[in-house]
Amino acid sequence: MGVARIGGSVRSGEAVLSGLSLCVNGSVYAIAADPATPLVYVLRNELGMTGTKFGCGLEQCGACAVLVDGASVLSCNVPAGQLAGRDIVTIEADGDSLLDAVGAAFVAAGAAQCGYCIPGMVIAVAGLLRADPRPGEEAIRAALQPHLCRCGTHARVLRAVHALSSDGGARP
Amino acid sequence: MTTESLARYRAVDDWLALTPDGRVTVRTGKVDIGQRVTTALALIAAEELDVDYGIIDIDGVDTAVSLDEEHTSASNSVERSGQSIRLAAATARRHLLARAASALGVDPATLDVSDGIVRSATTNRSVTYWELMDGCGFGIEVDTAIAPKPAARYRQIGGTVVARDLAALVRGAAPFLHDMILTGMLHARLVRPPHHRARLAALDPAVEGRLEGGSLVRDGSFLAVVHSDEYTAVRLAARVATAAQWADNGGLDTRDIWQRLVTAPRISLPVREGDAVEEPVPPLDPPPDAAVTTLHLRLERPYVMHASIAPSAAMALFEDGALTIWTHSQGVHQIRQTLAEALGMDVAKLRLVQKRGAGCYGHNGADDAALDAAIVARALPGRPVMLKWSRGDEHAWEPYGPAMVIYVRASLDAEGRVIDWSHETFSDTHRTRPRPGHDASGPRRMLATHLVENPVAPFVPEPFLLAPLAGVHRNATPYYGFLRKRVVKHLVPGMALRTSTLRSLGAYANVMAIETMMDELARAAGIDALDFRLRHLDDARAHDVLRAAAERGHWGRAGTGEGAGRGRGLAFARYNGLKAYAAVVVDLEVDDAALVHLRRVTVAADAGQVVDRDGLALQIEGAAIQAASWTLCEQVTWDAGGVTSRDWESYPILRFDNAPAIEVVLIDRPDQPYLGPSECALGPTAAAIANAIRDATGLRLVRLPFTPDAIRAAALQ
Ligand code: FES
Ligand code: FES
Repeated sequence: MGVARIGGSVRSGEAVLSGLSLCVNGSVYAIAADPATPLVYVLRNELGMTGTKFGCGLEQCGACAVLVDGASVLSCNVPAGQLAGRDIVTIEADGDSLLDAVGAAFVAAGAAQCGYCIPGMVIAVAGLLRADPRPGEEAIRAALQPHLCRCGTHARVLRAVHALSSDGGARP
Repeated sequence: MTTESLARYRAVDDWLALTPDGRVTVRTGKVDIGQRVTTALALIAAEELDVDYGIIDIDGVDTAVSLDEEHTSASNSVERSGQSIRLAAATARRHLLARAASALGVDPATLDVSDGIVRSATTNRSVTYWELMDGCGFGIEVDTAIAPKPAARYRQIGGTVVARDLAALVRGAAPFLHDMILTGMLHARLVRPPHHRARLAALDPAVEGRLEGGSLVRDGSFLAVVHSDEYTAVRLAARVATAAQWADNGGLDTRDIWQRLVTAPRISLPVREGDAVEEPVPPLDPPPDAAVTTLHLRLERPYVMHASIAPSAAMALFEDGALTIWTHSQGVHQIRQTLAEALGMDVAKLRLVQKRGAGCYGHNGADDAALDAAIVARALPGRPVMLKWSRGDEHAWEPYGPAMVIYVRASLDAEGRVIDWSHETFSDTHRTRPRPGHDASGPRRMLATHLVENPVAPFVPEPFLLAPLAGVHRNATPYYGFLRKRVVKHLVPGMALRTSTLRSLGAYANVMAIETMMDELARAAGIDALDFRLRHLDDARAHDVLRAAAERGHWGRAGTGEGAGRGRGLAFARYNGLKAYAAVVVDLEVDDAALVHLRRVTVAADAGQVVDRDGLALQIEGAAIQAASWTLCEQVTWDAGGVTSRDWESYPILRFDNAPAIEVVLIDRPDQPYLGPSECALGPTAAAIANAIRDATGLRLVRLPFTPDAIRAAALQ
């Protein structure tokens, strides 16, 4: 195969700050990325928080969910610049008792196969429980509706959330 | 029982190492893609060695060091790798005990092991495995005749363990290939043609000045943009796409696929005892004289996607004439040869390292992404290139599970016995995995090889005969003891869309056709569907799964029936005719808007000896959900201009609003061979859904998927 390379040289990643700062997992970060960059890229590439996954970039699959001011938000289309001053929590958040409880419930239920979709679901469940510590079946399914899992882990995820909901031990 | 892998890798050291940190490393050519094979393999090694499961490490797969055990597929991982590891570990244990006996100066029969500590009952002295080995290898061959530990003495296998990496996965701390970062790494995105027949006609040169410091890699109609910033690469790909003009070359074939399948030129072969044979197809004789009822069924399946949640990706680095590719491919050894051929490189200069990917369920875009990344990396020597497909790339360019048409004709005698059965399956190939072969047969199965300046010739599939690896006729032979069976496979190459291996291959549709026909026959005979199946099966294990599913799934109890909108369905299959058994009962409701609501799925399965109980159950749950999704929601659509299923809205899959409760009943067969579990539930779940819809509505649906539109259309007929 003859491969031709066309066009200019590749820019090296010099860090020129954009003036944007973000509060993620309790710390404030000065951001180099253009504020129009969707949050998921900033989290993954600039802050190295790769627990937030990219699945579609279309707000259709849920892999990229993070908590913004406590509510689950899909991060693949929202410009990072719009989240200045907001409280962003990712799956990596240390010492977050609610995320810890949800994560432990997922482990207890064996709720992951390949696991690509799971961090987003943990976030969604944390967002749900924060608003309603004892959600009913309908509320649980509604909160998980934006989330796809191709491995078919749904029944395990539901089991994990029911365990949390009934023992009420997931209060923040 | 020995294995093919052991014939190739005879030494204990090929499989096991005791590492100085007091742990055990297990080597395998199998990759974990969410099916928890590494959990099962670790359990087997731990059990046989009498060490704790928690101290087992499983080596990653890397062509520079790992075993070549072919693809991780067809549910054969635990059968092959597991049996090899078990015999290697048993040999290692015996060797260690012999050494311990001489070190301690006692009779080996007085020794006992737990947690890798060998104790002598007579002297109270002990020594650990690691002290005995002292950092050295075993230096012995695996004894393939050794008697492994009897199942009755198992302490870990069959119990419940926490899957490897589960806690890290749940908190996003288990790195995927997609999360890799290498110093100086560049991000690449593809600009694909509108469809596989289109070729690049022109590219507006002005776009080269608008690359924001990035670059363009072009080889014929293969086009990629590269930038150090990932999101910039994403934006640039969209920009370059608007600057590209494509020659359509007639567009995609939009004729009715199911009509094409039964009319286009094909290769037809009879199937006997599961294998296709190179003989003339026997004619379809009229039903026998004793037939009192003869039924016909034509089932149609559309193209279906693997639809991985993560778009395919690969990292590649070309340096000093050598290429390293990090990939989530299922078969790094196989694809290595193909990539070397496709790239015109010496295979010795190619190293593939397997990294964690999202579930792929067969041959999806992983291998093609590896080649894409390699092409780009070669144009940018010295810089690691992370190439990721977009969601649209994944949906439009993965090789789909083929569309299929199946005809079944079956006859009953006056006693309600099936005395004649004919099954004909029409399908394009299920076997496009790149594997080494003559005449560039590997590269021909790839994607980019057809887009580059010097393309390879088209891939022309050949029929595969032997049952265990067959695609089109997998599970086409009913497991039931019918008096007369006629089974024919029709390989119809060159249909509209590119196809390959999707979980269970032809079995999903073949089982569905068989099991929906069984349902109709039972009705025609006036015999309960469970009873009807049992009467035609003389395998006790088949009876056991059917009875277990029926019992736990409340088969035969009231609450369902025609017209009530609520239905219950039953189905059964033995995967591939020789692997795991599964029987499924489905409960569902069909509402006034013709929407199917799954309520409950009960699966009883016999996959031989149970190793990782929870993992096995989870695999089966996942298969049931995936089959439900294919059956109720999924169909690839296209027009002349290309595939129109390009995202999760144009190609919906099952979501939480329709996730059923699932119960899995595992029938453990200690001391029986492991039978791969991952595919066994797919066909039976689909057929049980169809049969439950029949029960709920009186409608026999035969064109997948069973969307509200399809149900309304059937009701109008
Ligand atoms: S990646 Fe954001 S919803 Fe799919
Ligand atoms: S666990 Fe694999 S996609 Fe959900």
